[in-house]
Amino acid sequence: MAKAKRKSGKTSIDMTAMCDVAFLLLSFFVMTSTAKLPEPHPVDTPSSTVQQKLPEANLAMVTIGDEKVYFTISDRDLRGPVLDKVAEKYNITFTNEEREAFKLMDGFGVDIKQLPALLKLKGSDRNKEGVQGGIPYTEDNNQLSEWLLASRFAAREKGEELKIAIKGDALETYPMMKKVIDMMQEQKINKFFLVTGLRGEDF
Amino acid sequence: MAELNTGDSGGGKGGKIRSKKNSGSVDLTAMVDLAFLLITFFMLTTTLSKPQSMNLAMPDKDPDLVEKNKTEVADDRTMTVLLGKDNQLMWYFGQLQAPFVAPTKEVYGKDGIRKVLLQYIKSVPARYGNDPKKGLIVIIKATSEANYKNIVDILDEMAITKVQTYAIVDISQPELDLLSTQGLN
Repeated sequence: MAKAKRKSGKTSIDMTAMCDVAFLLLSFFVMTSTAKLPEPHPVDTPSSTVQQKLPEANLAMVTIGDEKVYFTISDRDLRGPVLDKVAEKYNITFTNEEREAFKLMDGFGVDIKQLPALLKLKGSDRNKEGVQGGIPYTEDNNQLSEWLLASRFAAREKGEELKIAIKGDALETYPMMKKVIDMMQEQKINKFFLVTGLRGEDF
Repeated sequence: MAELNTGDSGGGKGGKIRSKKNSGSVDLTAMVDLAFLLITFFMLTTTLSKPQSMNLAMPDKDPDLVEKNKTEVADDRTMTVLLGKDNQLMWYFGQLQAPFVAPTKEVYGKDGIRKVLLQYIKSVPARYGNDPKKGLIVIIKATSEANYKNIVDILDEMAITKVQTYAIVDISQPELDLLSTQGLN
């Protein structure tokens, strides 16, 4: 009987502090982060203590994972000329839409013959597992080498030197890495950026 | 008395009906909801920082240049590191046929190869009267059993111990045989 009934009504909590924290975190994330690019084949890079940022401009990145090779050109205005050069080499013509779609596509890894089909797919479908099976890099059909060469030419025409980064899976075997590095050395590329994560010296 | 003068210069004294002074609370629930929604969005769609990178310069393979730039490597400054399977490595000092220090098994990391490197990076220049041009030379040779992580790890050790001269070179058959007998290949 004597139970004191709580006044039923709006229970208002002071949200000010919570709001402050939320916006602090929000601004932190906005400032420190860069957008994650969708990748056709995500890899786990090994870590190193070297604190050197990967250059962003004029960069071609070769991603190696599960014995498959993917190629990324960082600059959008470079992608058009590169596609033209490679298309010319393999006698494939790309329509204007396909060319525009290629410019907007970040990384890819398919045989050049399958590239038009890939470009027809929606952006979200392109990076599904199994869609992109890697760029051929065998001796008699070394398309990766052609892509690299074309990118370097296109960068040279812009008056820049193309930088080459290798992003390999930590558990990728050495012979596979060596194959790719040897292929680049045939083009007299002797300097690479190895993409790594960051760790402390205590390991 | 700590009141902000809101601009009316005393004229309407008493004439104004002040609204009841509360702490000025606005319902922030919706704002907090929105903020957390955005935080979640940013956390899920972004990577925290730009990837790091490591420079790697490989020795030139052009036969003409190789002939011209043949580097004479003093065997009493040269340490060879052989990367084998299962994250193990082996190192020796000098030439394989007549090593100054016989091939020794070692592991990666601060208690393994780093200790050895730190020891030699001091002792080798000391022998040459601290001539900075005559430091330790490390030759890295990987077997086909080694993986990419091993390569990055050993390059990282080079960066940590500040070895100035190092190169990744193809492994030779006697070295492969040696690793096989030790169970590293």
